[in-house]
Amino acid sequence: MDFEILSRLQFAFTIAFHYIYPPLSIGIGIILVIMEGRYLKTKDKFYENMTKFWVKVFALTFAIGVATGIVMEFEFGTNWATYSRFVGDVFGSALAAEGIFAFFLESGFLAVLVFGWDKVGPKMHFFSTLMVSLGSMFSAVWIVIANSWQQTPAGYHIVGEGANARAEITDFWELVFNPSSVDRISHVISGAWLAGAFLIISISAYYIIKNRHIRFAKSSIKIALVVALIASLFQLFTGHSSAVGVSKYQPAKLAAMEAVFDDQTNAQLYLFGWVNEDKQEVSFSIAIPGMLSYLIGFDIDTKVTGLNSFKEEDRPPVNIVFQAYHLMIAIGMALILLSLLGVYLWARGTLFKQKWLMWIFVFSVLLPQIANQVGWITAEVGRQPWIVYGLLRTSEGLSKSVEIGQVWFSLILFTLIYIGLFILFIYLLNEKIQHGPEDVDSIPSEIGHPKS
Amino acid sequence: MEFTFDLNTIWFFLIGILLIGYSILDGFDLGVGALHLLVKDDTERRIMLNSIGPVWDGNEVWLVTGGGALFAAFPHVYATVFSGFYSAIMLLLFMLIFRAVAIEFRSKRPMRWWRQMWDVAFSIASILIAFLAGVAVGNLITGIPLNANKEFIGSFWGLINPYTVLVGVTTVSLFMMHGAIYGVMKTEQALHDKLRGWVNNTIIFFIICYITTTMSTLIYYPHMIQHFKEVPALFVLAILNMLAIANIPREILKGKDFFAFLSSCASIAALLALFAFGVFPNFVIASNNPEFSLNIYNAASSQKTLNIMLIIALIGIPFVLAYTISIYWIFRGKVKLNNMSY
Ligand code: HDD
Ligand code: HEM
Ligand code: HEM
Repeated sequence: MDFEILSRLQFAFTIAFHYIYPPLSIGIGIILVIMEGRYLKTKDKFYENMTKFWVKVFALTFAIGVATGIVMEFEFGTNWATYSRFVGDVFGSALAAEGIFAFFLESGFLAVLVFGWDKVGPKMHFFSTLMVSLGSMFSAVWIVIANSWQQTPAGYHIVGEGANARAEITDFWELVFNPSSVDRISHVISGAWLAGAFLIISISAYYIIKNRHIRFAKSSIKIALVVALIASLFQLFTGHSSAVGVSKYQPAKLAAMEAVFDDQTNAQLYLFGWVNEDKQEVSFSIAIPGMLSYLIGFDIDTKVTGLNSFKEEDRPPVNIVFQAYHLMIAIGMALILLSLLGVYLWARGTLFKQKWLMWIFVFSVLLPQIANQVGWITAEVGRQPWIVYGLLRTSEGLSKSVEIGQVWFSLILFTLIYIGLFILFIYLLNEKIQHGPEDVDSIPSEIGHPKS
Repeated sequence: MEFTFDLNTIWFFLIGILLIGYSILDGFDLGVGALHLLVKDDTERRIMLNSIGPVWDGNEVWLVTGGGALFAAFPHVYATVFSGFYSAIMLLLFMLIFRAVAIEFRSKRPMRWWRQMWDVAFSIASILIAFLAGVAVGNLITGIPLNANKEFIGSFWGLINPYTVLVGVTTVSLFMMHGAIYGVMKTEQALHDKLRGWVNNTIIFFIICYITTTMSTLIYYPHMIQHFKEVPALFVLAILNMLAIANIPREILKGKDFFAFLSSCASIAALLALFAFGVFPNFVIASNNPEFSLNIYNAASSQKTLNIMLIIALIGIPFVLAYTISIYWIFRGKVKLNNMSY
């Protein structure tokens, strides 16, 4: 394997692993705000205990999110030094803004959220919860702005030539509101809400099946279902508007997402299929005629540019992008159905009697996780071969002073460490689930309470 | 010394301030980590851990933001240093991961081996982080080989030499002292008395390291005092630094732990300020050819970006200070374990 592939593998692996946790933190965070808000309003200790239990789960996902996030902050410099020189002037500002505006906020108030229950009053505690939740969303905003700039660059000009060329900022607000940032921020954040909501739904459904903590579980599911319903519908809407954006600003990516090889009007929308890139065919497929053109321009005569209109070296891999994209949409639809069904049965008062649905809920936690991962694969692999769309190729963004052996070394260690981390995470999460929420009036000591 | 008060200079010092903030704040929690294994009793270890429990994550954000600010303001420094020090940075990142995870997971299970394992991870990671940070600073003092394209052309082992190791050890000793003083502030009874005794040992250890490092810098890297010769007023810094260090044992003796801690903060700030004035206006000195050095001009972003970043910083900093101060205020006083503690 060559240096470029290894560096890409390492980046993809570390960011994909990181991205298991932020959506959970963002999603659980917003639900904590709702739960604690109800506690403030009703003064019912039940909600306080409920919040406390989910705070423990939150603290766990947050900790791993932080540990793996620090890696990302430095990895641009270690593995993508040339890219860093090229984009620093534009991209760095967004990253620095994330630190100043988001990370300080979330990590500061996290202390109060987790450790401050008896140090501050309920209102101040609620305020801290709110700030942590806001902070985590701000960080999504800034990092996605940075990433969107590299998808659809705006507000810059190129200074210097050849190896010394770099992008310099001309307009900060154009950078912030680059053509894809708003669509993608909203899509990413509501994707994160889905991840959090379904984790809560899953754990609570498990309690219902096991007939434990029933009141707690029912109440948690209801709150999470409302969030899930809103977010899943919103996801369809923002996803659609992202796709329209992609068709305008990254036509090669769109062509790969839908396997369009020749320019065409009345382009079809595949529900699924398998792309043979050499033969330029899609087999085992079912497609809706004209639908792609219609969705993009609300008119079946909208022209879609095919991959063959791009130079061979400017085309992204097709099948990966196609599969990732279609899996995301399929999951998106499934989540909408699941949330609708849940809310419908809840309204009829029979939700918690449906054992089969509870079992589906238990496993539903995987769906948004998978959708989030394949969503990023669509966006990032679809961007190839560019690291900054249309400006800098991925192969040109690498570090020059790093040797291949060093990347092997770090990639292998990351793999081992992250596998260990993941096992630990699952183990401790399971511990917390088995331990369950504390009962209302007895707050027994944690394991390993001081002997005193 | 040519000194124009332009955006580039401001950013040099702002990055310095972020670094000072990081060293003061994460410094004590790395120091607590370095001392952790010397405490034997489980409850006492938990108290040590929980003394930094609510704040260590926020402290680390100073490093993260420093990294982001460096990327934005001086992308060439960010790119050259992190790719050049690749293996060392990876080691540092692995240690940061281990440390975060150890703090989080240690007290989750009651088994002895489990806790011992994480205690060891926590302590070793803390020591290594401090050491690696010191070695990095050492290399910025000695300079590293660069080519005309601002790329590092040395090797990993070239970064390790007696001087850089010495700076690494000095950093560990500094943070140990700082951490011990913080521990004294946050603990009670037996543990408190034990830590009080350690403060004196760590001060001695630090002062020995400090004098050795200072001597070797003066002898082998006289460029570090160039500016001090030109602007004698800067010697005030060196003197303040000595006074701050000398003041620590005095305050400890009087039982004024908080003032001892402030002195120790001041000495960290003064040390880093000495370092910053020493290398200014360079960030990375090219040991092979001074013309290849990365300085505040040839490594910087455009004026426009520096300006935007300054606005961001001016908006952000008051908030950051407000949260930091209120969090430390909320968690002031001695550590008490409860069912939310680590
Ligand atoms: C959609 C959101 C999102 C995305 C795409 C990323 N992150 Fe992240 N990151 C978060 C959302 C987040 C988060 C929600 O703010 C954290 C805090 C706790 C957590 O679980 O995730 C986080 C933690 C976190 C931290 C630790 C902050 C702390 O100490 O409090 C760093 C340094 C980064 N991230 C850096 C990055 C970089 C450089 C990324 C891109 C390559 C990145 N993250 C992608
Ligand atoms: C958090 C969610 C993200 C995921 C899951 C993700 C996923 C990926 C994947 C799968 C790749 C490899 C693509 C390939 O090699 O073909 C990649 C590459 C990359 N991504 Fe992302 N990405 C995410 C966020 C970001 C963000 C926020 C940024 C920038 C701010 C970013 C910048 C990059 C860069 C620089 C590369 C390396 C060059 C490349 O291979 O394209 N990514 N990412
Ligand atoms: C329901 C139908 C959905 C549609 C039509 C859709 C559409 C899209 C499109 C077009 C992109 C690429 C944007 C770009 O490259 O700029 C994208 C990316 C993404 N999607 Fe979806 N999506 C849907 C559902 C979901 C769901 C359910 C999730 C997660 C729970 C999700 C998570 C993501 C993520 C994390 C990305 C990468 C970030 C981004 O580029 O915005 N999507 N989606």
